Amino acid sequence: MSVFKPRDWGSHAPLIAPGYKSTLLRGPSRAPLAIKSGLTEGTGPRFAPASVRELDFDLTKNGITNGAPLGERIVVHGRVLDTDGRPQPDIVVEVWQANAAGRYVHKVDQHDAPLDPNFRGSGRCMTDANGNYMFYTIKPGAYPWGNHFNAWRPNHIHLSVFGPGFATRLVTQMYFPGDPLLDLDPIFLETKDAAARERLIAKFSIEKTEEGFALGYQFDIVLRGRNGTPMEN
Amino acid sequence: MAYGETPSQTVGPYFAYGLTAGQYGYDFSDIVNPTVAGPDADGQHIRITGTVFDGEGNRVNDAMIEIWQADSNGVYSENPVDVADSGFRGLGRCGTGTDADNRFWFETIKPGVVEDAKAPFVNVIVFMRGMLVHAFTRFYFDDEAALNAKDDVLQSVPADRRDTLIAKRVETSTGIEYRIDIHMQGNAETVFFDV
Repeated sequence: MSVFKPRDWGSHAPLIAPGYKSTLLRGPSRAPLAIKSGLTEGTGPRFAPASVRELDFDLTKNGITNGAPLGERIVVHGRVLDTDGRPQPDIVVEVWQANAAGRYVHKVDQHDAPLDPNFRGSGRCMTDANGNYMFYTIKPGAYPWGNHFNAWRPNHIHLSVFGPGFATRLVTQMYFPGDPLLDLDPIFLETKDAAARERLIAKFSIEKTEEGFALGYQFDIVLRGRNGTPMEN
Repeated sequence: MAYGETPSQTVGPYFAYGLTAGQYGYDFSDIVNPTVAGPDADGQHIRITGTVFDGEGNRVNDAMIEIWQADSNGVYSENPVDVADSGFRGLGRCGTGTDADNRFWFETIKPGVVEDAKAPFVNVIVFMRGMLVHAFTRFYFDDEAALNAKDDVLQSVPADRRDTLIAKRVETSTGIEYRIDIHMQGNAETVFFDV
């Protein structure tokens, strides 16, 4: 029996998704070949707490050169768990995003919006024993892209986790509630299942909002569960 | 299932200052890089290189490749991955945007055979702009023909596509290199796995 439950392909976009043009030449044209996962896929990299440095979880501070970054400060809280609800401890969550003006630090980004000398837009954090993670950042801006006429990406933060095994690897994007661009964004919409899409949208949380400092959002990351290991609590 | 899976989304074109900062020259630390095994790791030291091609045969210059492999004894490491470790780490990550020919490369050791396989191989994940879901594949080694012939996963691949998974050994002035390209589409389309 495979270590992990099969990937729920209904929760994911197709490999070739015509609305997102770049998939036409880059998505595999043949269905992936199913193999029984074993030792290989059940194992995966672990990271020491020291791989997350002191300011890595605070994007409002880890790119400062001469002052605070511009934009709306937010705090993102979430849990990494599996489809059986088991929290995933000691998981590194890597994040990167555009600045408040919708510009990435990446050299390839040529969007005519200003860089912020005090915001790099990358960081990481680690889940605690209960699978909880959190990071501070600036709410990212929307930006145009070349997919179609007047195409704009909704505000989003990229997140990357390995999870408990190489097979549970996930790279995703967190969106914001109420963003009118979501209904127009093929990257979001190519996940055909509406309930699955909802899982990509963070929830605003007044409980997580920090008085006088930062708006709070909650974004949980759900990875494939294990076979043959019923929920423990 | 109590909870639905979080959908995968594309890594996009701008991952480098978050995921591969050292390789691309951004001022941010790395938790993983193209060195899978440092100079002190046991085993035969090798380099794995290749190019990613899209459906029109163009080199992809914004892909990110990750590999995960066993050590020279065929055991997956349970030690935390540490980029300061001069021994075996097991995990590597490389973007295709810094080499002049848009190659990926990994400094590693040839893995041993893991307990539930018959031939040595490296696990691979391919990410890029234009992929909403990452793709899993494997690299096997062309100088292990006898073992490759016994490996259940490799033999489950149709014979005419098996070569897409086999890296070719080349002796270079800087050591032994295994070369393998990844073709996203076309006649030579790499076999990807649903693991």
